[in-house]
Amino acid sequence: MTMFASNASAIRMTGVVKTFGAVVANRDAFLDVAPGEIHALVGENGAGKSTLMRVLAGMYAPDAGAVQVNGRDVTGWKTPSAIAAGVGMVHQHFMLVPTLTVAENVILGMEPRKGMQVDLHRAVIEVESLCRKCGLHVDAKAKVADLSVGEAQRVEILKALYRGAKILILDEPTAVLSPPEVRDLWTVLRALKDDGGTVVLITHKLDEVIAVSDTITVMRGGMTIARFATEGTTARDIARAMVGRDVQLHLDAQSGADSWVAGAAAESTAAPLALPVLRVTNVSVMSDRGTRAVNDLSFEIRPGEILGIAGVEGNGQTELLEAIAGLRAMQSGSVQLSSQDFGTRSVRERADLGLSHIPEDRQRRGLILDYSIADNLILGRQQHFGSFGALDTARIARNAVEQVRRFDIRPAMPSLPARALSGGNQQKVVIAREMGREFSVLLAAQPTRGVDVGAIEFIHAQLRLARNAGKGILLVSADLPEVLALSDRIAVMYGGRFVTVLPAAQCSAEQLGPYMTGAAV
Amino acid sequence: MILLTFLLQTIRIAIPYLLAAAGGVMSERVGIIALGLEGMMLAGAFGAALGSYYGGNPWAGLAGALVAGAMVTAVLAVATLRYKANQVVVGVAINLLVVAATRFYLRRIFDSASNSPRVPGFGGEGAGGLFASFVNPVVWMGLAALPVLAWVLYRTPFGLRARAVGEKPEAAATLGVAVTRLRLQGLLIAGSLASLGGAYLALDQHQFSDSMTAGRGFIALAAVIFGRWDPVRVAVACLLFAGAETLQIQLQGSQLIPSQFVEMIPYVLTIVALAGVVGRSVAPAALGKTE
Amino acid sequence: MSGGMSTGPATPPREQQRKMQSTGEVRAMAELPGRAGLGLAGGFLPPLVALAIAAVVGDLLILSFGEAPSTVFRLLVEGTWGNAYGIGQVLYKATTLACTGLAFALASRAGLFNIGAEGQLAAGGFGAALLGTLLPAGTPGLIAVPLCLLAAMLVGAGVGAVPGALRAKFGASEVIVTIMLNFVVLAFLNWIVSSKLRVPETLHTLPVVAGMVPRLADSFVAFRGSAANFTIAFAVLAAVVSWWYLFRTRSGYELRAVGLQPDAAEYGGVRVPRVMLVTMCLSGALAGLGGMNFVLGYKGYYEEGFAGGAGFLGIAVALVGRNHPIGILGAALLFGTLSQGGLAVNAIVPKQLTDILTAVVILAVATAVPEVQKQLRAAAANVTAAFYRDARNGVS
Repeated sequence: MTMFASNASAIRMTGVVKTFGAVVANRDAFLDVAPGEIHALVGENGAGKSTLMRVLAGMYAPDAGAVQVNGRDVTGWKTPSAIAAGVGMVHQHFMLVPTLTVAENVILGMEPRKGMQVDLHRAVIEVESLCRKCGLHVDAKAKVADLSVGEAQRVEILKALYRGAKILILDEPTAVLSPPEVRDLWTVLRALKDDGGTVVLITHKLDEVIAVSDTITVMRGGMTIARFATEGTTARDIARAMVGRDVQLHLDAQSGADSWVAGAAAESTAAPLALPVLRVTNVSVMSDRGTRAVNDLSFEIRPGEILGIAGVEGNGQTELLEAIAGLRAMQSGSVQLSSQDFGTRSVRERADLGLSHIPEDRQRRGLILDYSIADNLILGRQQHFGSFGALDTARIARNAVEQVRRFDIRPAMPSLPARALSGGNQQKVVIAREMGREFSVLLAAQPTRGVDVGAIEFIHAQLRLARNAGKGILLVSADLPEVLALSDRIAVMYGGRFVTVLPAAQCSAEQLGPYMTGAAV
Repeated sequence: MILLTFLLQTIRIAIPYLLAAAGGVMSERVGIIALGLEGMMLAGAFGAALGSYYGGNPWAGLAGALVAGAMVTAVLAVATLRYKANQVVVGVAINLLVVAATRFYLRRIFDSASNSPRVPGFGGEGAGGLFASFVNPVVWMGLAALPVLAWVLYRTPFGLRARAVGEKPEAAATLGVAVTRLRLQGLLIAGSLASLGGAYLALDQHQFSDSMTAGRGFIALAAVIFGRWDPVRVAVACLLFAGAETLQIQLQGSQLIPSQFVEMIPYVLTIVALAGVVGRSVAPAALGKTE
Repeated sequence: MSGGMSTGPATPPREQQRKMQSTGEVRAMAELPGRAGLGLAGGFLPPLVALAIAAVVGDLLILSFGEAPSTVFRLLVEGTWGNAYGIGQVLYKATTLACTGLAFALASRAGLFNIGAEGQLAAGGFGAALLGTLLPAGTPGLIAVPLCLLAAMLVGAGVGAVPGALRAKFGASEVIVTIMLNFVVLAFLNWIVSSKLRVPETLHTLPVVAGMVPRLADSFVAFRGSAANFTIAFAVLAAVVSWWYLFRTRSGYELRAVGLQPDAAEYGGVRVPRVMLVTMCLSGALAGLGGMNFVLGYKGYYEEGFAGGAGFLGIAVALVGRNHPIGILGAALLFGTLSQGGLAVNAIVPKQLTDILTAVVILAVATAVPEVQKQLRAAAANVTAAFYRDARNGVS
């Protein structure tokens, strides 16, 4: 690792530490970016990339460490100073006002004036000329609400450039883009570079890194692990630095879990001839934005099988699971659970037929944070805990005691509100509720997101246990090693379809990568 | 001639609506629900009577109205912006507070349970025929309020920022717009406009009487929603509501339509508009959210 | 939930956990240390702070009138709780306020703002009066009173159904719809009473012939002259039933879930729009019930403007009662006292003094609650963090 870069570094971050409560997002992170280069900052989800960049952009003040921009110490600065110094950040979630036009969004806060008025005419001309100069194609007079995601992203870049950004940070810019839009983005970034600009690109897609960057910094577990010149570096080298120890970690988790399960068969008990427990046929689902998120998708899951869906988030996984769970209407197609057609059955009826669902966002959907653990443990099953509309509090309490013990929820106090639990224990409450009862099919979305290592181990063991007990499990995870470690079969979802379905035994991360990025369709 | 009389009377009735509704548009466009319009108007009316009584001329009345409006706005702003209190609750409380406080001070200052003594207003004493009301500067302010607000909202940097703040404050904040300060400015403008609307009532009637705004703040709010938060459409809505009221006054005695049904028009139209039966009403996205 | 009020032994968490595991006894699982205190603080602190602020504002207002606060407050207490008549009047006013307070609270628990209690109250009273005049004379009270009660609640529910349905079906803001509907309902009642039903030269309908609720004075002579009547029993019953509904039934569980996290409720199989509609109907019914108090308990007829702001005061009652049915009964007594107390002090300071204090209490509670909640959450986080720290340091 180059710790003694020249004084001419555009960005120099040393020993950055940033914690949020008990969570350490950055511990001893370094970054050194030369002017006029495209620098890729890579790492898995949760490696601390975004946090480090937010420190750079002035959104967070670091707990320790130093930040230099163009040789000047700027540690702990605020957003306006960062903007003034030419550091601009394009966020993963767009910060645009949908009811305003492109030009209005770009000039907001530093409007060109004509007397007391905003000089909208000049704004449009300036934005248009900026577009031409950088090869960003977007109609300056269009309303942002009417733009595609790719266009909206270009507006974000325009906003930064309009403020004179010489250092542009992009947080996972391709997560929401189609392949042609990604190619356009690369063209823009190269043009910026040719113009003397510096770009930091946060990503976890290796093909992108190789395609566009000059230098690479790899982060893992909040720390900077390695720094490469892109030239002469292979995807394999980067992957090893990125996931190397993590793969190891997953193997540990697996062996640990197996010993925990004590005697459970390690191999899948899926009988290839058994009838499928879940059958999805020609299903199409619309996203909130009115685009087709799931496109004519069909698959089956057999008892005792985990079908893992790998893929970059936003390729229809969320919509697919919501449609199966009954939370989102299907455009066409059918879903059958053990030969029972779901049709237009309600969420509750589906649950009663044997569908369990660990939702991807436990804080929004999976838990009612102000309800006690006991009350959360009956959510979705409240009709089974009483008679004639009255709740049986004694049964709710008994159920809570049992589940809290069985799933090792801590603190073991059923009257505690879910809000007071750690992320891992919150997730255990969801798992206990959905897996601690009779079910035949489980939808598990991001089951270990934001959960500590111990809980990950436990949750993985539970999933294997259920699989071995003959349940069908549909696993969706953005964590590729997790999908690899748990699944019997792996499907890669891209653009609302399965681009490949492979037996897990034949899969490796390197092999799935091209499918996930749409490169091998 | 009948038409002209109708038109002039409509305008006279519309003035407080136009002023208060302009305040309502300003407030809601920066994201603060304008439930307190009624209270701001009533405070303005009381302040106008006080100012005019002690100052001896209606201009002092206008100053009094602005001070009273600013006091109410200050309470609203502290509760919603500083303490992030629920805007609906605060709005209701403000209205109760002003009704009670004006009654209290009506007795304290004028020793009356119903009204103040006669105070100077604009224009002569009952003289002047049809166009008499047009010597009243508040009439001109009312006519100008919404067009000027349209200009401010759609043409000035302040307006652009206000619209951004009411729609997506976090986006405005990342660009260095001071969201809370801008909301405070919006509220102060809203309070001033609404209190001028109340001042018009008091100065026109040459006195303050108990609860004299009689729900006009809510009609103004109805106009804001029915006009879909757009100043020009809101102005049309105000004139429409005022026209219905004029019609009711002129038809009085004819028993054609019971007056109560004419009274309902603004409210029913607004409910219908909210239900999306006549075009969806889309409120500013950040309305009511001061977290 | 209603938890957080029980005072468990202040044992450290690990010990509790062991205890629980060894006995499996639910009751033994007491609260985290200090949480009982926090729960109490969460419930009572904001109203107490609000009352303190109101007392200070009241002092200042009284001083501005050139009177001594102590004299005024003594008069206020003497005129309310100082004699049976005063108590009766307080109880009478509290009855209506309890109903409108419950109406606001129930909707509030589902995340809905029912600002329409004023119209629902008036409509409920009208419904009761109408049925009371239409019933055959001499209908026994045991039949007539329940029928009129049903009429009041049904009419109130009907008024509440409009914003409920528009919210459920079109997503129309129930805040605006209820406010606007107040004016529509009051104008409509004004029309129907003034053009069809009123006794000439008055603002009220003919007296009811059946369904009068007996006065408290009929049973307790001391209350003679006061308007207090047995509608108060219905109000108390409504509070108890509301409590049971909210905290002990599946519907209540779902209602609160919708109010806290609609997405999670939907995930939990709750039909959110349906809950919104049902809740607004129930809320309207509770407000409508309040109409009985004036119409059948006091005057015996419907009178223009009888609601007199009690619908809006329900918001204050619910806020101070922390949206809890039992708390609301207490808050209704408080505001009933203020309302009656205004009359008691009117000779020396305007009775609007107490109206101002009511508004100040609402503002103070509305501003204090988010503050207190913020601090409670921080405290809860600390307690939890301490638990995890202990758990890490201890043998596990």
